[in-house]
Amino acid sequence: MAGVSDTILRIDHLTMRFGGLVAVDDLSFEARRGEITALIGPNGAGKTTVFNCITGFYKPTEGRMALSHGSASAYAHIDRLTASPQQSWEGDGEALFLLERMADHDVNAKAKVARTFQNIRLFGGMTVLENLMVAQHHYLMRASGFTFLGLVGAPRYRRAEAAAIERSVAWLERINLLQRADEPAASLPYGDQRRLEIARAMCSDPVLLCLDEPAAGLNPRESAQLNELLLGIRAEGETSLLLIEHDMSVVMEISDHVVVLDYGKKISDGVPDFVKNDPKVIAAYLGVDDEEVDAVEAEVGQ
Amino acid sequence: MTATTKGAQDTPAKPSATAGRPGPAGGIDVAHVLKDAVISALIALGLFGVIMGLKTEQAPGGLVLEENWERVIWAVGIVFVGRLLLNLTIWRRPGGKIDDLMPVGLKKYSGFVGTAIGAALILVALTLPFLPGAGRYHVDLGTLVLTYVMLGWGLNIVVGLAGLLDLGYVAFYAVGAYSYALLATTFDLGFWVCLPLAFILACFWGIILGFPVLRLRGDYLAIVTLAFGEIIRVVLLNWSEFTGGPNGIGQIPRPTFFGLEFSRGEGGFADYFGLDFSSMHRIIFLYYVILVLAFVTHLVSVRLRKLPIGRAWEAMREDEIACRSLGLSIVRTKLTAFAIGAGFGGLAGAFFATRQGFISPESFTFIESALILAIVVLGGMGSQLGVAIAAVVMIGGFEYFREFEQYRMLVFGAMMVLIMVWRPRGLVSARAPSVYLKERKKVGADMVSQGHG
Ligand SMILES: Nc1ncnc2c1ncn2[C@@H]1O[C@H](COP(=O)(O)OP(=O)(O)O)[C@@H](O)[C@H]1O
Ligand SMILES: [Mg+2]
Repeated sequence: MAGVSDTILRIDHLTMRFGGLVAVDDLSFEARRGEITALIGPNGAGKTTVFNCITGFYKPTEGRMALSHGSASAYAHIDRLTASPQQSWEGDGEALFLLERMADHDVNAKAKVARTFQNIRLFGGMTVLENLMVAQHHYLMRASGFTFLGLVGAPRYRRAEAAAIERSVAWLERINLLQRADEPAASLPYGDQRRLEIARAMCSDPVLLCLDEPAAGLNPRESAQLNELLLGIRAEGETSLLLIEHDMSVVMEISDHVVVLDYGKKISDGVPDFVKNDPKVIAAYLGVDDEEVDAVEAEVGQ
Repeated sequence: MTATTKGAQDTPAKPSATAGRPGPAGGIDVAHVLKDAVISALIALGLFGVIMGLKTEQAPGGLVLEENWERVIWAVGIVFVGRLLLNLTIWRRPGGKIDDLMPVGLKKYSGFVGTAIGAALILVALTLPFLPGAGRYHVDLGTLVLTYVMLGWGLNIVVGLAGLLDLGYVAFYAVGAYSYALLATTFDLGFWVCLPLAFILACFWGIILGFPVLRLRGDYLAIVTLAFGEIIRVVLLNWSEFTGGPNGIGQIPRPTFFGLEFSRGEGGFADYFGLDFSSMHRIIFLYYVILVLAFVTHLVSVRLRKLPIGRAWEAMREDEIACRSLGLSIVRTKLTAFAIGAGFGGLAGAFFATRQGFISPESFTFIESALILAIVVLGGMGSQLGVAIAAVVMIGGFEYFREFEQYRMLVFGAMMVLIMVWRPRGLVSARAPSVYLKERKKVGADMVSQGHG
């Protein structure tokens, strides 16, 4: 565990209904700063829906999602913020955001939450480098004087662009794609596309990075590279991770904390070892009926 | 949300993908080619059989059905033989990808060829009025072509970069033209003062159009923009007190050369420079004005592409959802694309008004929008050079075929079909990256998304 951890994301009573279907049902959990939190569960459990709520793509039917910058002491202001119509509270070196009140692009631009997608979404016709440059949009936009300075070729913008390229290069080195920087993203093999999507999200400077099944479809070697990358991000301590994963081995290997969903409800929450042996989790994963859970529980208990 | 369309299987290159597959020994699969031709002929029979073979005739006592199978046989025969020949010649490519039709030798030098063509075009454009044999007609035609080049480049920002299909672009051309005409005739403002105003007003109307269509994509966006173009035209037509209605606005002031009018006698351009008065002076001057305006449009578009705003447009064309997840506001991105694209249309419109001296709603019909869009699509969405070539070919071609009045549209229809079959993504379809590390590699057309809106 990464030293003293405090809460970065706090989800309270999150519910998302689609017509009659309750995709997420009264879910509450916390993700801690500097940790890798995994969200697992069988197919259709509502994991992606939780991500879509956090990142502003869906407006949740009910619930509160609070994200802090700086330190968890920002949560002292949560009740006042909830009662006010504001989206966020900003104090000295810390801030608190109510994600359910924010538009999707603001969740990234202001609250600094970045994400990847279950089915990779790169800018396929743009080069690998361009993909990373798009992610630094706000930095470059400010440097270009909202286009006006950039249009006349101000040195300030050129310096900023050089810095952005440098940053992209650093990430490309890290994900081993420097050689292919000038090739279209769509031409990359699947595993490289996954890593590029993560690097792109990281280029937007997030405090929380949400990864939707990053290991899906990877071969063992690529999977190992991915684990290394994620653990590297965690070690730097700037960005906390929230990870949806199917592959139990990945989850057990790299996560600090696991939340298990089944039919939109949280059925387990704890360290990997605890979750692994939780009879409810085993039952959900093996597809056992509710009545049989007791039996399994008894079995595991032995 | 539909997945972004990528990969060759999504290009409309179907006919060749199925036809003319090489046989086992690298030769021609005769059975396959024959089968393909027979199927095409059968389809042709189904189509032409009823349309050309049967005809109702007025006869005493009602209608009678007249048969004419000879024509049908001709039509079916042409399809059969044509298909066979195409399969045996042009469509004989492994994999049959349309892009591969470009000769390999040419492809290797395509970067160089592009630069050479571009340089040649610029050279001709700069010297056109002074080329031997260039008369008033040629300079006038050059002015017209350049107007469309400029309009094409303006629309290219919206359609080619941002991927928003805009069928009502002529509305901004009209806004620019009427802005200048009304400002100049009512407030006595000069052309050079009105130019930025026309730009700003057109931008403003671009935003007005942008708001209601923010959530629309694809066909829906196309229909609403088309309607917008028509609304502007109908308002211009009916708001007689303000716009002069169908009579339009006349006596629009001509531009001056730093305050010198192109008039005969004392204080005119010719008088000031001690030249003999000639009506060509103004025409050449107008030519250079539009050349400069077009050049500015080009310069600004190329610059914008390399700025974060331009990258945001292209990223939005590629994947809107990914953009949102990276903090790009789709509202801002779409509105800026509409506004800046519209602004250039407005500049071209102001130029049109001052050149003509008279404008009426008739000049701003849907067919203009279609023509500009055709230039962008044929040229290759997003490509500056392609759009310029397409404008030269289309507008120049229109003039060339003027004598064949009736067949003009037919020829152009055929040409468009041919180009779309030959190069479905337009003449210059590869995309040049906006930034590169070592090498500016072109991005193949099959990778680039065309946008959903
Ligand atoms: N936009 C939507 N409209 C309707 N139903 C949805 C929508 N998104 C997700 N669902 C439903 O919510 C449930 C949870 O889906 P999802 O979050 O994608 O599951 P997971 O990612 O855990 O596999 C599924 O039953 C799915 O059909
Ligand atoms: Mg999912």
